[in-house]
Amino acid sequence: MGERVKVALAWLVVLIPAVWGVGQVVSKSAVLFK
Amino acid sequence: MFLDREHSIAPAGYSRWRVPPAALAIHLAIGQAYAFSVFNLPLSTLVGIDKPAPADWKLSTIGWIFSTAIVFLGLSAFAFGRWLEDAGPRKAMFAAAVCFAGGFFVSALGAQLHQIWIIYLGYGVLGGIGLGLGYISPVSTLIKWFPDRPGMATGLAIMGFGGGAMIGSPLAVALMAHFKTASSMGVAETFLAMGALYFVFMMFGVFTVRLPAPGWAPDARKPEAGSAARARRTSPAPDVHVDEAFRTKQFWLLWAVLCLNVTAGIGVLGQASPMIQEMFSGKIGAPAAAGFVGLLSLANMAGRFGWSTCSDLIGRRATYMIFFVLGAILYALIPTTGRLGSVTWFVVFYAVILSMYGGGFATIPAYLRDLFGVMHVGAIHGRLLTAWSVAGVAGPVLVNYIREYQIAHGVAKANAYSVTMYIMAGLLIAGFVANYLVTPVDASHQWKGAAHG
Repeated sequence: MGERVKVALAWLVVLIPAVWGVGQVVSKSAVLFK
Repeated sequence: MFLDREHSIAPAGYSRWRVPPAALAIHLAIGQAYAFSVFNLPLSTLVGIDKPAPADWKLSTIGWIFSTAIVFLGLSAFAFGRWLEDAGPRKAMFAAAVCFAGGFFVSALGAQLHQIWIIYLGYGVLGGIGLGLGYISPVSTLIKWFPDRPGMATGLAIMGFGGGAMIGSPLAVALMAHFKTASSMGVAETFLAMGALYFVFMMFGVFTVRLPAPGWAPDARKPEAGSAARARRTSPAPDVHVDEAFRTKQFWLLWAVLCLNVTAGIGVLGQASPMIQEMFSGKIGAPAAAGFVGLLSLANMAGRFGWSTCSDLIGRRATYMIFFVLGAILYALIPTTGRLGSVTWFVVFYAVILSMYGGGFATIPAYLRDLFGVMHVGAIHGRLLTAWSVAGVAGPVLVNYIREYQIAHGVAKANAYSVTMYIMAGLLIAGFVANYLVTPVDASHQWKGAAHG
């Protein structure tokens, strides 16, 4: 496996839960501007 | 042994961009601590289930779990920082994972047996030690891998600590809903599941992290745009031993800088929900206030990465100057937004303030590296975090006490925060003075022995 693929996979492992968490907050914050 | 420092040296061709995800895995996990409050209500009805029974714990009793964890975060960062520098990041991250996950497992037993002292020992003491070890363990490693942009590298990791609550909170809510039955709140099962999940996630960091080989340097054949100017502004100082750094005025000035910046942010962070509802009574209800709190968390997280990256371009001292000047101006303007009834400006001003609160945390390791060198930067950072513990107590007490004092003296709730905002602005001006007095460390403090001594 190439080094670039390993870098991409490593970032995916941490970004998937992070993006899920940020999505949860953004969806709740939308109420503020309605 | 796999965990030893010597076995974590990167082979030739290893990309340094694999190290920030390792650090993020640790910080995203331990950042869950900021979301511990989601357990408060379920823990207060473990016996009564639908409503608190006489045998149930009071919220004030439960509140000590988080406080104990934060105290032990500071104590362990202080006590183990020096060990961590010798042991290397892999062993330190493993110890952090064992302590943090172990804290959840012990707490599950405490919830099952309904013994609060077991949870104090579990999440509070053991988990708190895991927080401290995990918080500082990737810092010096990242600084070694990114000598050309230390602010950005440590900002990435510390951003993870801010973002951890965004994962931890909905995860805990979903797990408790899954495990809840007619006779159980599902808290013990949730603690067990979270302990196991976080352990696996943190082990990803343990397996991925590497130290650069001695003499390694970023690829000099392909200089990035602006890298020469950046290097001039942010080149590290000669190494200073952690015990010697503790005796310099620069350490204590930075201690004051961090403490004042955190005090000004943390107090209002805890009061954000009632504050916006009371200042805009009739306009903002509980759901919108919860959205405001979420937005502040996002600003806090974004600021950790944005400001620390910016500090690589303009320098650490200039970055903190912006925090203190802009922060003081915005705090002073907050009461005006309340009088004008402008929710939008209120939210924007607070988002910028909280971005600088996060930026203050994230930029400090690179500031330490600029002044004290790389050798013991993790250990020095660990000692500086005592400023966080002090601010964690001082900030909320200051905000709550001033608010209650004013309301008791007849000030309307909507106006009760004005004096607090002006005091916060004053704290930031004091921080400006402390930062202004920071000068390079005198050569007499430099370490003259071998590295890692």
